[in-house]
Amino acid sequence: MFHVKQFDVVVVGGGHAGCEALHAACRYGLRAALVTLDKTKIGVMSCNPAIGGLGKGHLVREIDALDGIMGVAADVSGIQFRLLNRSKGPAVQGPRTQSDRWLYLKAIQATLARESFTLIEGEVSALMSSSGVVTGVCLSDGLEVCASTVILTAGTFMRGTIHIGDERVSAGRMGEAAANELSVQMESLGATFGRLKTGTPPRLNGDTINWQCLEVQPADDDPVMLSFLSESPSVKQIVCGITHTNANTHDTIRKNLDRSAVYGGHIKGIGPRYCPSIEDKVTRFSDKTSHQIFLEPEGLFTNSVYPNGISTSLPEDIQYQYVRSILGLECVEILQPGYAIEYDFLNPQGLSSDLESGLLGGLFLAGQINGTTGYEEAAAQGLVAAIGVAKRLRGVSPVRFDRSTSYIGVMIDDLISRGATEPYRMFTSRAEFRLKLRADNADQRLTEQGYVSGCVSLKRFSKYTEKIEKLTFCRKALSTMAVSPNQARVAGIDLGLDGRRRNGHELLAIPGVSIQQLTVLEPSLIDSDAGALIQAGREALYVTYIERQGRDIAALARDLSIQIPTAFEYAGISGLSSEMIAKLSEARPRSLGAAKNIEGITPAALTAVLLRLKTQKLRKAI
Amino acid sequence: MDTIFAQATASGRAGVSIIRLSGDQAFSIASEFCNVPVTGRSGLRFVRAADGSLIDRALVLFFEAGASFTGEQVIEFHVHGGLATVAKLLAELSEFDGCRLANPGEFTRRALENGQLDLNQVEALSDLIDAETESQRKQAICVLEGSFGELGEVWRADLLRAVALIEASIDFSDEEIPDDLYLEVAELVGKTSVSVSSVLDRSSIAVKIRSGFTVAIVGTPNVGKSTLLNAIAGRQAAITSDVAGTTRDVIETRVDLKGLAVTFLDTAGLHVSNDPIENLGISMAYKRSDTADVRIFLVEQATEALPFPARPSDFVVLNKSDLRAKAGLSVSGKTGEGVSELLHLIAESLLKKTSLDVVAIRERQVKGLNAANTLLLNVIALTEQKPLPFELASQELYFALTELDFVFGKIDIENVLDEIFSSFCLGK
Repeated sequence: MFHVKQFDVVVVGGGHAGCEALHAACRYGLRAALVTLDKTKIGVMSCNPAIGGLGKGHLVREIDALDGIMGVAADVSGIQFRLLNRSKGPAVQGPRTQSDRWLYLKAIQATLARESFTLIEGEVSALMSSSGVVTGVCLSDGLEVCASTVILTAGTFMRGTIHIGDERVSAGRMGEAAANELSVQMESLGATFGRLKTGTPPRLNGDTINWQCLEVQPADDDPVMLSFLSESPSVKQIVCGITHTNANTHDTIRKNLDRSAVYGGHIKGIGPRYCPSIEDKVTRFSDKTSHQIFLEPEGLFTNSVYPNGISTSLPEDIQYQYVRSILGLECVEILQPGYAIEYDFLNPQGLSSDLESGLLGGLFLAGQINGTTGYEEAAAQGLVAAIGVAKRLRGVSPVRFDRSTSYIGVMIDDLISRGATEPYRMFTSRAEFRLKLRADNADQRLTEQGYVSGCVSLKRFSKYTEKIEKLTFCRKALSTMAVSPNQARVAGIDLGLDGRRRNGHELLAIPGVSIQQLTVLEPSLIDSDAGALIQAGREALYVTYIERQGRDIAALARDLSIQIPTAFEYAGISGLSSEMIAKLSEARPRSLGAAKNIEGITPAALTAVLLRLKTQKLRKAI
Repeated sequence: MDTIFAQATASGRAGVSIIRLSGDQAFSIASEFCNVPVTGRSGLRFVRAADGSLIDRALVLFFEAGASFTGEQVIEFHVHGGLATVAKLLAELSEFDGCRLANPGEFTRRALENGQLDLNQVEALSDLIDAETESQRKQAICVLEGSFGELGEVWRADLLRAVALIEASIDFSDEEIPDDLYLEVAELVGKTSVSVSSVLDRSSIAVKIRSGFTVAIVGTPNVGKSTLLNAIAGRQAAITSDVAGTTRDVIETRVDLKGLAVTFLDTAGLHVSNDPIENLGISMAYKRSDTADVRIFLVEQATEALPFPARPSDFVVLNKSDLRAKAGLSVSGKTGEGVSELLHLIAESLLKKTSLDVVAIRERQVKGLNAANTLLLNVIALTEQKPLPFELASQELYFALTELDFVFGKIDIENVLDEIFSSFCLGK
């Protein structure tokens, strides 16, 4: 057998999780290898051509704050930047862009090409291990790649099965072979796979769409970038078309429902509730006579259009029928039919917070294999896994991902403490400390930690410290202000006449008060950086709420530090109702903090559990 | 971490009641009430409220962090056990930021966390805590089976939907979501708030049956309020004279009215005065009459404007009937004419209140419901703002849900998402 040199880490899979993991490993200076089936597909966007959004945009900013590659790649390929929830508060604004698929892939590949790593094309057929620790991967052609750690980011490739109507093909993506041997070998190591499903719509030929009759959605006039490093879009901005399904579309779908792979009973895997197929939409919301479809061009130099909103597993002829019943698509040509894909995943409840698998020491899992969906979720996990590898091999100081400090922390905690029963997607509503975790302060939350850990470059860190210096200057100017109600009135701020003097932060916290008004009161603010002033305004907006949450955060931190042994027996704890016992026994929380998040758990139940824990601990100590 | 307090002795009338205060701020908070004795020594102290009024002369003890039951700074106030004294001190303590009534078992929990207890102590205490949580559970069950419990289910469902609607407006704003969902949010939250208030009202009646009702006598100076109070008390409780403004403080007298304990308050005459001391009395009069269960507006003429609006349960009474022709409800404090009829009407009205479906809930549950209600009202106020601060409304609503944890436990985000996805067709 042929051996290549020993690596620190081998990343399996060149999707969003894999690319982010590989690049982070390189930033840490680890000797890294990437094994992928097709090197031309590295960084490909398999489904919708967009990055960011609500919750997802937050994740991208956090990846970017740690010097990850997704944000910059999205910015250089961005063809329609839109800040979602622009009219709402900054905590729930999510930057998003539609990207030119080809430019995005090129940007990722070019970024990776600047690092030193070994690229190996091939299919991983087995994990190699010795006494419970991974030692590398074995390829189907017999090549052995030795490494101290493995980051497995298999996406939809492990036993991937594509369904179109009643046709079934073994594939990882359309036209690409699945990886079947690895699943079987991992099962021999004790892995128990579940099946998940996702779907994608047909791709349309834009030259055959009647754009004239369609509403359009333009890009923002004032584009907001995904990366803290980017200033403005690099390429031309485009508009999307908007059209709708109608009664005829729905009729066609209903009549042919039994020919759909999902409704025909060919698919067992569980799909995400929030990416329903058009069959689902028509069936579950039968009273709705029309559904919106965004027609998103997939790039500047292609005629391919992604119809967002009609993913399907109906046979191709039915896809033609229903698509052509839609306004503007009467003569449309389908370039590639929509399909559903089923794939293997592992319950993430067994993972460590570094995403290390319990199966083998040194084996890290990231992306869809952990039951998530979405490019951003995958990329974030790739990054977490790489940091975990650097910690394991080099003992670097880790970056802490907590529920109270990052969306990444929310996702990791959700995955490992609750598992995944359907493909997991990020929403801002999953973050209970949402007001603190804004897209605009991801760098303030993570960049310094990343720099200390070793995954953030000096260049980014310098830019970050510059921002902080400006912000500090501005905060200082605000906090030294002492404005009386009379003075405030001059600037058009009505405080009543309570005689209390207020500083700039307090004034900014009052709804409707603007930075411009403050500049009248404190001329030195003119010397402050405009961006820093805006940022200080955002901070002031939430400060009272964040203070009120401060105690919850402290309580959560304390409760998270109280571990619950896996074999802990809830039955027989007096003071716990049978309902609580059932809930806790099923959820098996790892800490009191995790127990706190279980549906229906009361404060009294937590006290009863804590008491039993302490009693056991004291007994053992004797 | 919050500084917490609670009555450590059984509630109700007792010779001496102990109120325990524990946390980083215990010493500094206690210092606002009295000169705290040195650690390990007890001292008899005048304990004063924030406004300087005397609460009680009490024995005060200070235990330093590390040398107390909880391991934190602990202060004990041993006060004379009157209900009013204990209630006053608890109310004053809760005025401090970061200082709140302890949750069930919270003192013990802190003791455990700070490693203050050995195994024997923990096991001994565990019975106590089990009893505490068990009784809580029993109460929860009885609450769940009773009308309050059914309400709890309704509250949960309504608030869960309210959260779902706000979250849908935030997380799916780029999809086909109606933009007037906040109207339903305001309606659901408003409905819950009314229901919570009604439970609070009914629970306060339960407390009132034990601790008594208050009736305030209000009116312009020299209308004869003190004379009426004296007639009710059957004794000279307030100093009366023909000089307007004689009553500068609030004078109370407690009577038994058909088995109900009722405190009558004689208040300072309401008018615009230049006398600062009298003005203090007047503002006190407004405050006390606002919280009274029934107010008697004593007037000289039936057409007289009232100093503030009357509630349905209030009485407007014509005084000094000995000096004028009788008309409507009238009394004469001097001759005693009409006083027993008035007392009869008041008794009837109070008895009617007590016949409501009374809810017996604990002090801390009252606290929780009160706090939740305030937060729910904040949510409603936020839904009226333009542009609507969705993320703040959501946060206030979650704060309210946390206060209601003891009623229906934690609401899980997955339930919120379930509600969202079953209500709206979302996803691309």
